[in-house]
Amino acid sequence: MDLSSFLDLIDSTIRLSTPLLFAALAGLYSERSGIFDISLEGKMLIAAFASASAAAVWGSVVLGLCVGILASIAFSLVHGVASITYRGNQIVSGVAINFIAAGLTIILGQSWFGQGGRTPSLFGGGRFTAVNLPGAEAIRDVPVIGPIYSGVLSGQTPLVYVAFLMVPLTWWVLFRTRFGLRLRAVGENPAAVDTAGISVTWLRYRAVIICGVLCGFAGAYLSTGQAAGFTRDMTAGKGYIALAALIFANWKPVPVMFACLLFGFLDAVSIRVQGVDLPLVGQVSVQFVQALPYILTVVLLAGFVGKATPPRAGGVPYVKER
Amino acid sequence: MSRPYAKLPRWIDYGLIPLVNLVVAFLVAGLVVLLVGESPLQAAVLMLRGAFGYAEGFGFTLYYATNFIFTGLAVAVAFHGGLFNIGGEGQAYVGGLGVAVVALGLGAILPWWLNLPLAIALSFAFGALWAFIPAYLQARRGSHIVITTIMFNFIAAAFMVYLLVGVLKPAGSMAPETRTFDAGGQLPKLKGLFDLFGFNLGGAPLNVSIFVALLAAFLVWLLIWRTKLGYEIRTLGFSPRAARYAGMSETRLIVVTMMISGGLAGMMALNAIMGDQYRLAIDFPQGAGFVGIAVALMGRGHPAGIVPAAVLFGMLYQGGAELAFDMPAISRDMIVIIQGLVILFAGALENMFRPGIGAAYQRVRFRTEEPAGESVGEAR
Repeated sequence: MDLSSFLDLIDSTIRLSTPLLFAALAGLYSERSGIFDISLEGKMLIAAFASASAAAVWGSVVLGLCVGILASIAFSLVHGVASITYRGNQIVSGVAINFIAAGLTIILGQSWFGQGGRTPSLFGGGRFTAVNLPGAEAIRDVPVIGPIYSGVLSGQTPLVYVAFLMVPLTWWVLFRTRFGLRLRAVGENPAAVDTAGISVTWLRYRAVIICGVLCGFAGAYLSTGQAAGFTRDMTAGKGYIALAALIFANWKPVPVMFACLLFGFLDAVSIRVQGVDLPLVGQVSVQFVQALPYILTVVLLAGFVGKATPPRAGGVPYVKER
Repeated sequence: MSRPYAKLPRWIDYGLIPLVNLVVAFLVAGLVVLLVGESPLQAAVLMLRGAFGYAEGFGFTLYYATNFIFTGLAVAVAFHGGLFNIGGEGQAYVGGLGVAVVALGLGAILPWWLNLPLAIALSFAFGALWAFIPAYLQARRGSHIVITTIMFNFIAAAFMVYLLVGVLKPAGSMAPETRTFDAGGQLPKLKGLFDLFGFNLGGAPLNVSIFVALLAAFLVWLLIWRTKLGYEIRTLGFSPRAARYAGMSETRLIVVTMMISGGLAGMMALNAIMGDQYRLAIDFPQGAGFVGIAVALMGRGHPAGIVPAAVLFGMLYQGGAELAFDMPAISRDMIVIIQGLVILFAGALENMFRPGIGAAYQRVRFRTEEPAGESVGEAR
């Protein structure tokens, strides 16, 4: 494998892990506050649809992003109402949201645009375009550094940079601010937070809303950054892979980034490995590589590669003592 | 599951509240229909006519209902043990392999009535096997069953595509599916039976596996409420600690419960593969495993509730397909929304109307301080 195809692989790894990163960080906020969220998938999907629709109608990708985030927040609030206010089963609520999003995007898409659930193709201002970092052209011909800087680091869509900047930001919010401390506390021991006079409900609602915002970014990236428009069921399980990355990373921001890069890398490899003879193993079937993230997650969950410890109060509705 | 609200009479708990939840779910679905510019009332009429208005449509409704009885029972059995099996889709998919092994191997040798019990056993075994690993990991390694069963859905999909594209595809064929089963691998349709009563089922794929489904429903009732194992499963569901103190083996119970659940999901393949398609094809469960969640929640985990809930969803599937002809804006994906709404209102938001209904009931009871009202309260 020469340098340029290797860099190509790294480049697509970054692009494929960006939506996972947004979604996994979204899940991080929610689950750290004690609200399990398997509806990342559904929220990404509805956001992808909403932002592509808005961008197609108004021709503005920024407007699209905003609409996508709003749609995702709306679904987050449904999850919040069900699991915080009405103390319902969080898993059941998440499953419901995934179905509603899957059906709604197709029905509305068909009724609005009449293209079998697709939105019209986006062009011009309707898409996120590549950002060229300063000096990318100038050092393109410098060996090694040149191609890395101008081929991989530069020339990504803005949302890619946002996603990777979200990682230190999330770390700072969670571990260096009062809000973050309380957020983590409410996921471990809500009764203690309540005793300290802080509203468990409001804290968890804020976490769920942040989750919605980040899922909105993830969806908008899929339909207006990576692709040029929405296609039916375009998340294709990415929400679950993000969830897997979150568990894999033990609910910590920086490991989440590496887990997402790993799963993005597997995705990038699975496209390239088809029909290629590898040393030792021979031809690896595409299906195996595609299933690898899921298999890895199961192996990890089984505790064979380190132990996953979820937030202690996760999934348990908080009942204030009367 | 803890229930922080006051107890109510059974008819409210098992009758009124589920009904209210269902009605609200359909009202919201009606809003979606309005949003795409169609009349919800007209859509409902068309759907009912498509599902029950003529014999063939009714046959399709019951065919779909058969799938959902199996998957609904699967989810319900796991629920009783406090486990949430989202893996019905994958278990049904792998269960199809069990059916295919029998039908491909013995289809030309044995008649269908000998192959049926074999196919039941093997589809159950394959489905159970697919549920075994998540169950074992939950019981012994503490990994969350919801996540592992979701992962196993994806793994099942990849695994089955691998088999269908490679091993099972007949030579020279491009389509990723097995060859068509021989006569012994095909379950008889119920057309002849219905002809006796003057109903023409037409091309409806309703077949004998509906009887297997009803038998399974009865056996699940027997298992959960009339056997020692069922008692243990319910104890585990109510309180794992109580089960432990009573000397029940948690590991064994989790694994057995999940394997029964997975086996029931696997049996769904009988209906779809041996009863209708006569070949194993890619993604044949078509979401039936997920519909099972809605069916089980709506039926409150009891076979007597699951069977009607399955028929309701069968109606939605069949009626939805018919509806798409008259209202092109509403495709079958509408069902996915309704399914989600039912899961939301009957499952996650089941507590939403409970305090209101409870308060209203108490008020009515206090106002009519009569023996009749009293006896209802005392009855439970």
